[in-house]
Amino acid sequence: MAQVITVTSGKGGVGKTTSSAAFATGLAQRGKRTVVIDFDVGLRNLDLIMGVERRVVFDIINVITGEAKLNQALIKDKRVDGLYILPASQTRDKDALTHEGVGKIIEELAKEFDYILCDSPAGIERGALHALYHADQAIVVTNPEVSSVRDSDRILGVIQSRSKRAEEKREPVKQHLLLTRYDPVRVERGEMLKLDDVLEILAIPLLGVIPESESVLKASNSGNPVILDNESTAGQAYADAVARFLGEDKPHRFLDTEKKKGLFGRLFGGRAA
Amino acid sequence: MSWLNFFRSQKPEAPSASAAKDRLQIILAHERVSRDGDDFLPKLQKELLEVVARYVKIDADKVKVDLERGQGMSTLAIGVELPGNGTAKRSAA
Ligand SMILES: Nc1ncnc2c1ncn2[C@@H]1O[C@H](COP(=O)(O)OP(=O)(O)O)[C@@H](O)[C@H]1O
Ligand SMILES: [Mg+2]
Repeated sequence: MAQVITVTSGKGGVGKTTSSAAFATGLAQRGKRTVVIDFDVGLRNLDLIMGVERRVVFDIINVITGEAKLNQALIKDKRVDGLYILPASQTRDKDALTHEGVGKIIEELAKEFDYILCDSPAGIERGALHALYHADQAIVVTNPEVSSVRDSDRILGVIQSRSKRAEEKREPVKQHLLLTRYDPVRVERGEMLKLDDVLEILAIPLLGVIPESESVLKASNSGNPVILDNESTAGQAYADAVARFLGEDKPHRFLDTEKKKGLFGRLFGGRAA
Repeated sequence: MSWLNFFRSQKPEAPSASAAKDRLQIILAHERVSRDGDDFLPKLQKELLEVVARYVKIDADKVKVDLERGQGMSTLAIGVELPGNGTAKRSAA
């Protein structure tokens, strides 16, 4: 049975697209047939983060309007087997997404794939609702920062009331917290919310903590999902989160300053690798 | 990890920002051109297939469109699987 996983947050710029790309790639690396859909219609960006922007021919709206077949719009990743990307449209707006259209696409993909990841746009309106409606599981991406935590709480409420599972009164969408851009130095200085604080407030199971890392920018510059950079802390943290998602028991890493930096790091570095 | 990383980071790496710039220049050049006009690819595909369909029966599910946007040149390949003798033929456009 295919699982639909929505990556969402309410707030923009917290790392949904970065996480969607990393997670989809990680699942495919572990042999799962995975497709990642960009629901940010009008502001497509997942194609850039996945490095396939030059190969986009058709997008999700072309499929909905019947201008293209689904298999024509899917872009096959050249690095990892079994990984596909369905891009968002850039010229249309979110109203071009229809309830039936999205439903049909998900249904068709469910026949071919193990995991269908939905990279949600920001907000709690139309686009975000389309992205979360079909969810079996939700990865709520949160930064350790007040507005992000509040918006995550709101989106959790939306998932609980507006998803298909909620409408049909089935077992609720399984929720996971992914805390990203975590900076242990600033947490230690008391400038940033601690993991425990966020967990206490949102009270959903923790899937992973992704440290603030320069490698994320490097990854987006080159169009390689950061999980492919297994030297980077963020890449390793994403790989751990994928493993946990698949049921493995992995201790959380990169949570404190000491472990992250050795003597040289502290003397000369000052920044996360 | 700290030792390794420390020395490694001293070596000049190919700066990723220049890769970002190259990628953006290519993709934005393409996007700016198509921004005002309608996206022509769906139409192009439709018309090409209509021509092919005049001569052979084609299955819309078996049509593959590949595009690679490049700096000076882009390549568009339309693969049509022709039914009949079991061997797929590709016609490029
Ligand atoms: N762990 C991280 N460390 C450093 N920068 C990050 C991290 N995660 C995301 N970012 C940066 O944050 C910005 C927003 O990320 P993005 O994934 O586009 O967010 P969203 O899809 O939620 O809008 C990007 O510039 C990205 O490079
Ligand atoms: Mg995004």
